[in-house]
Amino acid sequence: MIRAVEGFETGHEAVAATGPVPPAGRVRVRILRQDVTGGESYWERYEVPHEPNMNVISVLQKIAAQARTQDGRRVAPVAWDCSCLEEVCGSCTMLINGRTRMACSALVDKLLDENGGELELRPMSKFPVVRDLVVDRNRLFRSLERVKAWVPVDDSYDHGPGPRISPEQQQDAYPLTECISCGCCMEACPQFTKIELVRQETESEADFEIRRRKAFDSNFLGPHAISQAMLFNSHPTGKMIADERLEALTSKGGIQMCGNAQNCVAVCPKHIPLTRSIARAGRAATVWAIKRLFDR
Amino acid sequence: MAQPRILVIGGGLAGLAATMRLAELGVHVDLLSLVPVKRSHSVCAQGGINSVNALTRQQGDTEWKHFDDTVYGGDFLQHQPPVKEMADWGPRIVDLMDRLGVPFNRTPEGFRDQRRFGGTLFKRTSFAGATTGQQLLYALDEQVRRREAEGLVSKYEFWDFLAPVIDDQGRCRGAVCQDLVTMQFRSFPADAVVLATGGNGLIYGRSTMSMVCTGSAVSRAYQAGAWYGNGEFIQVHPTAIPGADKLRLMSESARGEGGRVWVPRKPQDARDPRDIPEAERCYFLEERYPKYGNLVPRDIATREIFDICTNEGLSVEKDRLCVYLDLTHIPREILDRKLGGILEIYEKFQGVDPRNVPMKIFPAVHYSMGGLWVDYERSSSGGMAEGSPRNQRTSVPGMYAIGECDYQYHGANRLGANSLLSCIFSGLFVAPSLLAAREEVAGAADSTGLFEAEIRHQEERHRELLGRTAGTENPYELHQQLGSLMTRVATVVRRNEQLAEAYDEVCGMEERWHRCAVSDTGNWTNQNVVFTKSLGDMFPIAKLIIKGALLRDECRGAHYKPDFAMPGIEATDPIEKRAEAERWCDRFEANTNKWLKSTIAVCDADGNPEINYQDVDTSLLPPRPRLYGLVGGEVIEEVWKERLAARSAENGRVELAAAGAAT
Repeated sequence: MIRAVEGFETGHEAVAATGPVPPAGRVRVRILRQDVTGGESYWERYEVPHEPNMNVISVLQKIAAQARTQDGRRVAPVAWDCSCLEEVCGSCTMLINGRTRMACSALVDKLLDENGGELELRPMSKFPVVRDLVVDRNRLFRSLERVKAWVPVDDSYDHGPGPRISPEQQQDAYPLTECISCGCCMEACPQFTKIELVRQETESEADFEIRRRKAFDSNFLGPHAISQAMLFNSHPTGKMIADERLEALTSKGGIQMCGNAQNCVAVCPKHIPLTRSIARAGRAATVWAIKRLFDR
Repeated sequence: MAQPRILVIGGGLAGLAATMRLAELGVHVDLLSLVPVKRSHSVCAQGGINSVNALTRQQGDTEWKHFDDTVYGGDFLQHQPPVKEMADWGPRIVDLMDRLGVPFNRTPEGFRDQRRFGGTLFKRTSFAGATTGQQLLYALDEQVRRREAEGLVSKYEFWDFLAPVIDDQGRCRGAVCQDLVTMQFRSFPADAVVLATGGNGLIYGRSTMSMVCTGSAVSRAYQAGAWYGNGEFIQVHPTAIPGADKLRLMSESARGEGGRVWVPRKPQDARDPRDIPEAERCYFLEERYPKYGNLVPRDIATREIFDICTNEGLSVEKDRLCVYLDLTHIPREILDRKLGGILEIYEKFQGVDPRNVPMKIFPAVHYSMGGLWVDYERSSSGGMAEGSPRNQRTSVPGMYAIGECDYQYHGANRLGANSLLSCIFSGLFVAPSLLAAREEVAGAADSTGLFEAEIRHQEERHRELLGRTAGTENPYELHQQLGSLMTRVATVVRRNEQLAEAYDEVCGMEERWHRCAVSDTGNWTNQNVVFTKSLGDMFPIAKLIIKGALLRDECRGAHYKPDFAMPGIEATDPIEKRAEAERWCDRFEANTNKWLKSTIAVCDADGNPEINYQDVDTSLLPPRPRLYGLVGGEVIEEVWKERLAARSAENGRVELAAAGAAT
């Protein structure tokens, strides 16, 4: 049984976490593996030497180096995504002891305490698995495009400084700019459901991409994109296309999908006030819809 | 002429800046990266970006002084015109990033706030909390996404650059790359290829760099014939948080905001640092460098921290070398507002709140000043001629390099908050040069056959690696061994006998690499084989770093050999002091004549570096001794200025000298 951590259990069937206690100075890890996109998933157990202050990345590095399961069977190393290892690139999101978080900042000792001496790693469940712990988060970036998360400047030539901004405004915006596109908020959101399409044999790469985009665009944007839309709608130049963002937010798969579960804000590794952004977006969308009604 | 095609490899600040500008000019860009571009290593930059600003200008600062600080901080090893051009562009680049929405910290009146960084006495550094690199990268990522939506940019994320394709005229015609998910190979024909692939910290095993900073792309370009410049100049950042998987950066901005570095005067004083009275603390940087204090240039701070731990035995801990970096005297509210991001990293990974307890830090490999050799065309005003196809061009026509992977801007030591500037600058500046380069390729022979041959070659190499299941070497363990060796011999202190030995050891490791076994023989997201490949490409670069360091018998910036150090003045008697300073300056001049040269490594047929030297363009600013904190520095400076004045009068360069003296 997986422990439901803070109510964000994402529902993958798991094997029992029982078995003999690992020898002293060893860390036991259970990983949900999958060889290819759309393939079957299966569990494998590993054991690595314990080191003080080690994080989940160091565990995975050791597993890659030994490429053997706990019972000594040679296997291909577990695949995972990572880059900066300081929780700012957003690569290494996975489900650790059932909870969506960054592997680099997940310290092993605390995790072992909470999970009966064993570590459990699974890929995110709301994105298609590429292999093992690697998932395809293209949809996350597509959402940013949908809400036009950028400042529509004329060009990159010299036009002097940007607009004056008060320190209060800067401090209000700053937390939103710290979003690392990790996808934790999407993983935890009950309204955000997985889209996994398979390219047909007769389908060209371009046609598949069009079909995939269509699917993305008619489904929920995700909390991060709503927050980014609010960030740019509060910027003096960014707000010049505020209506276009509100249009996106009120289209199919927009803010109306939010069920106010508030899981997003609880799992955000950067403590971004996502629910505040969503509330603001909701109000702005309502005002905009009424305005549009009268403008007709 | 057909629509131009430009291939940009790497989507950090430099690659994105180039892509943004090219797309704006209506050029289609193929942007290829190991990771989604928003996750590039530029996100890790913390402290800020330098430029002259309205405030410093009124305190007497100028673009020329920014240029002077950069060149002086880099120990004069950079060609000066590109650095001057960069300093001149500083203000407009920060303005541009401001317009793109970067949330720079603000003054109460709503202007951009600035902080002071190392190697300057002016507050030139604009910052967005302590996550400036992240914010700058995102702003460019957003603009590129906008152009992608318009159809001007095609992104290839999770792709690996394997080799440039070079025709029989010696011109780069594109590249062969690999999809890291499907492991398929593909040709990318292009009128110009731009490498923006960052540093190579992973050659040192653990560093402050991201896991993608293997340097493999640059190594592949180098092995294909591109020259590599100043490889031995590796910046070791003074303050990092030691960790088993990575040495995490603790930004210079911690000192910029008033952080103080100290050790207890009593070796390994076991008391809680907060209980150690002021008198029993040694603030060694402040004591030794009263003018710059904790903000001396990085190479100096690093050597001092290293020295106090290793030679004076004053490390805070016995088994793990470290010193205190103390912020506890600064109000919590200010720390949160200005340094929140980095303090959180410390807290998260060390489990201690640095607002309450002094941090424990130690130097770590951080930045590659060296990189692919690139050309430039000097403008009449002493800067770079905008739009010349020579700017940022490697020794292979058609192939360009920008950002950390070029060698151009930071000489022997980079100043803090100058890298974000050099990355964005070189990215923006290269765009018109690429358009000009396209003219050169007009009418060139069809290159289809070349691509097919290169793909076959890469497929073969890949298959050969996948077949190595019976090998005896483990690539991950070999990487660790390479990293330990490089960290031991080619970082803070360098000695010839160690370097000579290490060169042979690296050659031995390279031999062993050919016996590496892969544990994954599949053809789907095979990270094992990709890593093994990039490890193989680390050796040519490791060898040129070591050989360059071995041959360079002097101290310059980050390259420090105690056997060739020039200590300060020992005499106390004024006449003797003066005579000693004269001798010091004689030696300095002799050394400048011999060693003020770019190191150029060329890869021979066996993958070994041939080292050549190239004169440095010092036409704008005559070299002068770097005297931060040197005992007797004032006498040396006096003697040096007299000599310079005499020589200038002789050479009729009165005008330039006056400009130099004014700084």
